[in-house]
Amino acid sequence: MAAPTDLFSQQARNRSRSRWVVVPFIAFFAWLGFGGDWIAWQYTRYAPAGEYHHAVPWLGIVLTLLGAGMATYAWKTGPQRVLWSTSAREITTPETPEERTFVNVVEEMAVASGVPRPRTWIVPDADPNAFATGRDEQTAHIAVTQGLLETLNRDELQAVIGHEMGHVRNLDVRLMTLLAALVGAITLLGDGMWRMMRGGARLSGGGSSNGGKKKGGNPLLLVALVLWIISWLLAPIIIRLLAMSVSREREYLADAMSAQFTRNPLALASALGRIEGAVGPTTAIKRGSAHLCIADPLGRDARALGGWGASHPPMAIRIARLKAMAHGRDVTVGG
Amino acid sequence: MIVILLVVVIVLALWFVGAYNGLVALKNQVVNGWKQIDVQLKRRHDLIPNLISTVKGAMNFERETLEAVVAARNKAIQVESSGAGVKETAAVESQLTGALTRLLAVVEAYPDLKATGNIAQLQEELTSTENKIAFARQHYNDVATTDNTKQRQIPTMFIAGLAGASPAELWEIEDAAERAVPKVEL
Repeated sequence: MAAPTDLFSQQARNRSRSRWVVVPFIAFFAWLGFGGDWIAWQYTRYAPAGEYHHAVPWLGIVLTLLGAGMATYAWKTGPQRVLWSTSAREITTPETPEERTFVNVVEEMAVASGVPRPRTWIVPDADPNAFATGRDEQTAHIAVTQGLLETLNRDELQAVIGHEMGHVRNLDVRLMTLLAALVGAITLLGDGMWRMMRGGARLSGGGSSNGGKKKGGNPLLLVALVLWIISWLLAPIIIRLLAMSVSREREYLADAMSAQFTRNPLALASALGRIEGAVGPTTAIKRGSAHLCIADPLGRDARALGGWGASHPPMAIRIARLKAMAHGRDVTVGG
Repeated sequence: MIVILLVVVIVLALWFVGAYNGLVALKNQVVNGWKQIDVQLKRRHDLIPNLISTVKGAMNFERETLEAVVAARNKAIQVESSGAGVKETAAVESQLTGALTRLLAVVEAYPDLKATGNIAQLQEELTSTENKIAFARQHYNDVATTDNTKQRQIPTMFIAGLAGASPAELWEIEDAAERAVPKVEL
């Protein structure tokens, strides 16, 4: 039996999948912080009374606080920074017919999704792209490039705005801001620990004679320690790959939300086709906000690592899923 | 024994609070969804006088089409101000949709009229308003369906009466003209 492909069951599957994709992220973060604390605790557990006992999980606490701090900062200043860095201008009173249509389409999608109308921005860039930002449904912003308005027809524009509205409704901005902050915290702390370790190695180089103090440690614990150190060395890469896998799931979900709002998945499919057809990268949009765009602003360069490092799933699969939604009933009935 | 009984009571109470609040929230969403339709319908009513005054001069031949729009608009306003339900509102509004569609089709036949910037802008406004009405309707129907489903599902159905839940009426397309496939003449 074919899996149901209509938009509501695609949404349901995406929701549960992206929930499961967030779990390894959190688990990895906890392993880096509290995992280290656990190892240190095990090592110092049977140390004589006068010596250091790692009773308080400092590492985990510091990492969590650092992540929380960076998340709060990104949370407070993120939307303004993103919009500022793309030199977008806000459209409050539309002047050209193009702007009029854009604002109208945003209003239409706000009505369809049942959220307040987001503020509207245009990015002066010839490459077709769009992104959403903002803290929640009440403070959302939707920005499109000039190129998008020129490339797409009304229905396609509506579908793209519907996709961005999906990000707003799913609180993806919140989720991705949090993930980005965790990535930042790990990169920062990882860098600091790397320096400390090198410094420490230089220091202990002279004092290796006191190694005799070490008790015949538990081999399992040694394996854990080695694993933990390797985890930290690879952390910047692993955490980024995990964040990107969350991002890709959210893209599929936003596509399905767009289909729910417009009831016209084929319009999004054709819009994606046209955006894909525009070769150049969107230079105005920086890497940091890539996960909120309709298409990866890095363009085709983002296909490195066989798609594992991409913030967006392959266009061909997104388009195929949208087409399946349009013909959902046929697929399920016909088997 | 008493502990088990206590746990059962607590679980039941928690479920009751959750289900009750869920039903109330859904009901409010339905009410809000309906308000959103209302806002869009009102916008359309306000747009029509502007549209009529723009096209009136150039369309002396199409008096009937114009009058149909005006009549449908007045009727819709009258019915809605008397506090009509979903069904009556849907009926008069779909009349208005039909009349407007015919008018826009006629405007297409007047290239001079279309060339002026004013009518192009009005057309965009009207298209957008029609879209918004359709989307508001879709949103309302989605929310109302969720509400109706919840009310009839076990076990929520046992407390639906307590929460003051009643089936929400869906906005259905009544007008035969709106349902019909538009005829294309080549």
